[in-house]
Amino acid sequence: MISKGIVTKNGQPVFEGGALEPSDFLISAYRHFGLQYPRFYKMDNIGKLGWLANEVLLQDGFDKEKYPAKEVGIVLSNASSSLDTDIKYYETVKTIPSPALFVYTLPNIVIGEISIRYGFKGENAFFIFDDFNAGFIEQYVSGLVNNNILQACICGWVEWLEGNYKAALFLVEKDKTKDSVTFTMENLTKIYQLQNG
Amino acid sequence: MDKLISDLKSQIVTQLNLQDIKPEDIGDDQPLFVEGLGLDSIDALELIVLLQQQYKIKLSNADEGPKVFRTVRTMAEYITAHQVQNS
Repeated sequence: MISKGIVTKNGQPVFEGGALEPSDFLISAYRHFGLQYPRFYKMDNIGKLGWLANEVLLQDGFDKEKYPAKEVGIVLSNASSSLDTDIKYYETVKTIPSPALFVYTLPNIVIGEISIRYGFKGENAFFIFDDFNAGFIEQYVSGLVNNNILQACICGWVEWLEGNYKAALFLVEKDKTKDSVTFTMENLTKIYQLQNG
Repeated sequence: MDKLISDLKSQIVTQLNLQDIKPEDIGDDQPLFVEGLGLDSIDALELIVLLQQQYKIKLSNADEGPKVFRTVRTMAEYITAHQVQNS
């Protein structure tokens, strides 16, 4: 989870960015975790946020070889779609449009960035809601997993608009592990609210 | 030419947001794409924008792209030739 200058994993803080500007905070966190992925710098803010949240989620515990690439999916949601980047792109249209911004003027590009990083090729979708809709995410992802379309799914919320941001990602796996939390609407809501903002 | 090459390296780092690379890390004859600096197709479009914004040069023939953007030196040679034509 990433919100208000703090990165947490399973409820525990793993990085605090102090009073850094939101976009500087993301770069600071990226460097803190020792990640080596030059493409990160080229992503828009929602791309950086979602990509980084996913790195923290999958670090130390996820074996990507465990599942076929086509059976790992990504289902994300937010409130502002890609509006933050749409506004920035619109500004460039007044002179020379920026190709590097244009490619991020869809919210599901963050799914693409995560998929490129890990080679995931399973079902994916991006939904827009006013607020985090735990009930919908639980139903939709459970449908994919229970119908054997996916063995694992990264799901949750990745929101960024004009410096206000929050990412809350969950890894859902068909097979339980010893630290598993049951995938229910109540648990999703509870974990999401651990870090308000 | 040396000044132009130096300016181009700084502009490439800024325009393409290459935050892990310093301008002086880019060799004059180092390939910009694939095995060299590792730029991609979106970066190629940003380099076209850079030529327009900084040097008022429009790439007239898209097929010339791979030759023009092969290295910083080939970019500098293209700019020098076309600035002369434009002046």
